[in-house]
Amino acid sequence: MEKAPEQLYQEREKRTHDAIQLQVPDRVPIMSLFGFFPARYAGITFEEAMYDYDKMMKAWVDATVEFQPDMYENPFTIRYLGQIMETLDFKQLKWPGHGCDVMTSYQYIEGEYMKADEYDAFLFDPSDFMVRTYWPRVFGAFDPFKNLPPIHSIITYYMGLGAFAAFDSPEIESALETLLKAAKEAKRLIGGAMEYAERMKQLGFPPQFGGLSQSPFDTLSDFFRGTKGAMLDMFRHPDKILEACEKLLPIMLQIGLSAKSRGHRRVFIPLHKGLDGFMSPEQFNTFFWPTLRKLILGLIDEGLNPFLLWEGDCTSRLETIADIPKGKAVYWFEPPFYNVHRHARRCEGLLQKAY
Amino acid sequence: MSEKLVDTLVNMKEQEALEIAKELIESGEDPLEILGSCSKAMEVVGKRFETGEYFLPQLVMAGEMLRQVSEMLKPKLKGAVQSERLGKVVIGTVKGDLHDIGKDIVVFMLDVNGFDVMDLGIDVPPDKFVDVIKEFQPEVVGLSGFLTLAFDSMKETVDAIRGANLRDKVKIMIGGGQIDDEIRRYTEADAYGLNAMDAVTLSRGWIGGS
Repeated sequence: MEKAPEQLYQEREKRTHDAIQLQVPDRVPIMSLFGFFPARYAGITFEEAMYDYDKMMKAWVDATVEFQPDMYENPFTIRYLGQIMETLDFKQLKWPGHGCDVMTSYQYIEGEYMKADEYDAFLFDPSDFMVRTYWPRVFGAFDPFKNLPPIHSIITYYMGLGAFAAFDSPEIESALETLLKAAKEAKRLIGGAMEYAERMKQLGFPPQFGGLSQSPFDTLSDFFRGTKGAMLDMFRHPDKILEACEKLLPIMLQIGLSAKSRGHRRVFIPLHKGLDGFMSPEQFNTFFWPTLRKLILGLIDEGLNPFLLWEGDCTSRLETIADIPKGKAVYWFEPPFYNVHRHARRCEGLLQKAY
Repeated sequence: MSEKLVDTLVNMKEQEALEIAKELIESGEDPLEILGSCSKAMEVVGKRFETGEYFLPQLVMAGEMLRQVSEMLKPKLKGAVQSERLGKVVIGTVKGDLHDIGKDIVVFMLDVNGFDVMDLGIDVPPDKFVDVIKEFQPEVVGLSGFLTLAFDSMKETVDAIRGANLRDKVKIMIGGGQIDDEIRRYTEADAYGLNAMDAVTLSRGWIGGS
């Protein structure tokens, strides 16, 4: 007799959670990062997947049902982005049909979206910096926001009401209209994610991740300073990097903790610049690991299970990254497990603590 | 040769290195001598990278310091004889791939090690490589790519070079995040490299130079 979806859901969730807790599961749990594979498999273009709600829904549901991983990957928040990015004139990606071939995955455009001399503005008030400096660079539609007064200067009737005058310009009005349009598109995106989650639940699949986060250094390097900028800062402004990472830590923690409010335990953390090829063990210990470790511990303290994808070789730092609580997190290595296996004796602690 | 300049460059002391370079220029030092010190420093940096003492951030900083010293020297170098180059290398990130950080570092390391490098940028179609090989006549072609889609683009590029009857005129090396010997066989390139110094070693092996 076929199992009911509720039973399958519970079995799959238990299988995964047992493995994380270092209990022997009934079998090895399988998870997948499909990328755009379901689109190719369904015979639609990647561009269609990014713009067509129904086609994306069907392609990803079908692939999950056919391949039966133990957990599903929700494609909406990371793939159904075409329309909203177009509306916002998003600068950080080129995507299928917009700078990339229709059958090529989107690609990130590196840049110094925060300049080296802007650390102090960021540290003083990251949100104000983002709205008035970062957003105008990242979203073409919000370019006029660079003319707004400091957001934190509008406090009360005698401190700031007059500053609202800056909003009375055709450029700002147009930017706000675009914002409202994007809001509707964002709602459709979130609606898609919710509908997809519900359909998966009805089919008996739990989600791989309830949320995601990023290491503070990666956030600084990937999105604000750029790889080259962050590397030069290691020599020119090492203290500013450390301050910025500490500033980003509670923000990254807050973003990761949103999984909890959705009732899920697993938080995905892709890792980019802390690898052997990108920085020395000393630089890793100085700039990367301290705030990442705090992020991992912070999520674990709230009952969550961080899933860290080390996107490259990190053989030289296995002992360092083993320093986390046992049975609480998953380390996922790329290149794969042989790497750890080969160095099993050196990273015994790691093998005992992380699955 | 200024030992102080070499030492500060090698040890990533940017401000001191730039001040020493400025003083040397102001004191009338031969600009080619200053460049010689820079080359010596870059050689040591490259060796330290090879031995695992230095990592990418040091290469990036070395490149940045060299760029600044070269800028300072530019007005003095007008009319100076361009130092002899070991050989020509054409390099680019293959079609469909927009990544350039690794490629840029390879270009920098080849350049400071004496090769005449033509950088075609990112998302370079096979035809472009073919046209440039005909015109520039390099001994070595470097294909860079970070994404898995680059495997097919590299293969197409090698095929196009073969199709234009240029395959025996150039050695082809590939490199990038996921590249290994299996990909080299698939693309039918001559060799692959794991990092920027590998590109220098391969080019030296094919072209010559110490």
